[in-house]
Amino acid sequence: MKNFFRISFLIALFFGFQFNSNAAEKVEYLKTDWSFKGPFGKFDRASLQRGYQVYQEVCSSCHSMKYLSYRNLVEEGGPEFSVEQAKAIAASFEVKDGPNADGEMFMRPGRLSDKFVMPYENEKAAQAANGGAYPPDMTVLVKARGGGVDYIYSLLQGYEDPPAGVTLDDGVYYNKYMYGNKIKMSNQLSDGLVEYSDGTNASVEQMAKDVTTFLMWTAEPHLETRHKMGFKAIVYLIILTVLVYFSMKRIWSRIETKI
Amino acid sequence: MSEHEYTPKSKVGKWFNDRLPLLTLANHLTDYPTPKNLNYWWTFGGILTFCLITQIVTGLVLAMHYIAHADMAFQSVEHIMRDVNYGWLIRYIHANGASMFFLAVYIHIFRSLFYGSYKSPREVIWIIGIIIYLLMMAAAFLGYVLPWGQMSFWGATVITNLFSAIPLVGEGIVTWLWGGYSVDNPTLTRFFTLHYLIPFLILGLVVLHIWALHVPGNNNPIGIDIKKPSKDTVPFHPYIVIKDGFALLMFMIVFAFFVFYTPNILGHADNYIEANPLVTPAHIVPEWYLLPFYAILRSVPDKLLGVIAMLSAILILAALPWLDTSKIRSAVFRPLYKQFYWILVADVLILGYVGAMPAEGLYLLIARIATAYYFLHFLVVLPVLGFKERTTPVPLSITEPILGGSPNLAAVKKKDSFKDQ
Repeated sequence: MKNFFRISFLIALFFGFQFNSNAAEKVEYLKTDWSFKGPFGKFDRASLQRGYQVYQEVCSSCHSMKYLSYRNLVEEGGPEFSVEQAKAIAASFEVKDGPNADGEMFMRPGRLSDKFVMPYENEKAAQAANGGAYPPDMTVLVKARGGGVDYIYSLLQGYEDPPAGVTLDDGVYYNKYMYGNKIKMSNQLSDGLVEYSDGTNASVEQMAKDVTTFLMWTAEPHLETRHKMGFKAIVYLIILTVLVYFSMKRIWSRIETKI
Repeated sequence: MSEHEYTPKSKVGKWFNDRLPLLTLANHLTDYPTPKNLNYWWTFGGILTFCLITQIVTGLVLAMHYIAHADMAFQSVEHIMRDVNYGWLIRYIHANGASMFFLAVYIHIFRSLFYGSYKSPREVIWIIGIIIYLLMMAAAFLGYVLPWGQMSFWGATVITNLFSAIPLVGEGIVTWLWGGYSVDNPTLTRFFTLHYLIPFLILGLVVLHIWALHVPGNNNPIGIDIKKPSKDTVPFHPYIVIKDGFALLMFMIVFAFFVFYTPNILGHADNYIEANPLVTPAHIVPEWYLLPFYAILRSVPDKLLGVIAMLSAILILAALPWLDTSKIRSAVFRPLYKQFYWILVADVLILGYVGAMPAEGLYLLIARIATAYYFLHFLVVLPVLGFKERTTPVPLSITEPILGGSPNLAAVKKKDSFKDQ
């Protein structure tokens, strides 16, 4: 058994190294309580629905969400909109389909099976409309940034006047959490920007939290299943390990050697 | 020993076994005499077999859904993560499984270094092991390219560019590897093919590794030759099977923790950004298990010499049985070697740490010192220690605490080099 503590210690030490090396370049992010953190973490359903609203009304004019389909909005572990709500959401978008029998492309209302409609035809069009900067796709954005949800949450609230001596070009803004502090996205959130249907006060902090929660879900749609299954798997493994441990003791007791 | 010996009873069984004794091969495996004092560091062989099988099985399933095309690879991985039933589980097991595999193989290698398992008569086991390790690194690197994220793309660019350091033909080789003039679709498809091939090569070598092990039998913590079977040994089944099983379960708990609760912590965030040949990431870093060698590569200012240093750092291990001149296997009886061993462990950890840091200033200096020490350990410390070190008395057998044993009685008697008797 002593050896196991040694092994665990070495493993912990090694990964400790790793985490430190990642931590070295971090700035101190704003912190908030995320309901999905920890082994029993779950999404806050209402927050996901509000987050979708913020994404839809604010972000989606520039940022695509290309790996998500409207049907995902209904699925368990997500915002869990009702099928009618999701159908209505999908139908509010025009989707290019075709070619039809005449060989023509045509527009039709969206269906649950459609992917989220992209704000721009292609990357070049997105760049042209945004001063040369490509607004990144948001589906896996929180996993694509070192600081994850804390980073996105902070960035949305990190706009400041540039300190003395820093000059910004046209269309460039100062954000204290952005790598290099210069960002081509202007401050998007202001108090009361959206009107939440559930009556929640739409403060900047609240909207940042809701939309970040939504982005966590788009990046990890199976997070809740993963947490639940993980708990069962680990409990099962621990029980089995204990049983095997006693069987081992029993078997080895036939010979005198200690193990 | 052979109380449970199996013999085929049925006519068909007998007929088959007379022609191919596959059915009675199990008798060899269950009876295989194993030193009874093996500690938990010896359980990693079984754990590694589990890792290999896990990678192959999850890899097969992933390959059914993955599309090896530069325009679709990233998207197909997201498809696996979202729409394939339990695809996220399979992919996270495969991705974290690679890290677990390397964690286990490093423990396995350092166990061998501590107890001198690479020494005569086990040199061939050791060399096959080094080849497996090289293939593992190749497989891991190729696999990391497949999701076609930013780190995939730029990691592939950096590593393949190493070949351009070869004089005269270097550039040609790089173009040949890429299948074009940059890392692109042809590179991805061939990397996928090779990534699929290598695990089966590893599987074949693992069979040879175990076969070669079953000729002299296991080394053991006190590193002496033992009579087999004897009071010093236990049959592999059930004693070692249950012990390996217990250790494997402990390992699986750690594995499950990573898969279910921190599945992305060992990867790099940039790999969730689709590959873009026009945007270079701020820091290009390999996966953690390759960092010590990356540090060695970068610590040499010249590209060609850097590549040579990195390759030598791995290949030098193959020469280890002859570089270590000590007749005593286990570090338990080698007070000086034991200290140098832990310095080497620290040295490799330091190399791993600086490998993750930018190659500049103090980090670069530390990397250079650590690289120099790494080679010093194998090329100077080990050969000299064998002649200079005063070892402590070795017992004759595992069960009897009588001193005077040696790893190779005949050799020691001949040279009369046993000082402490």
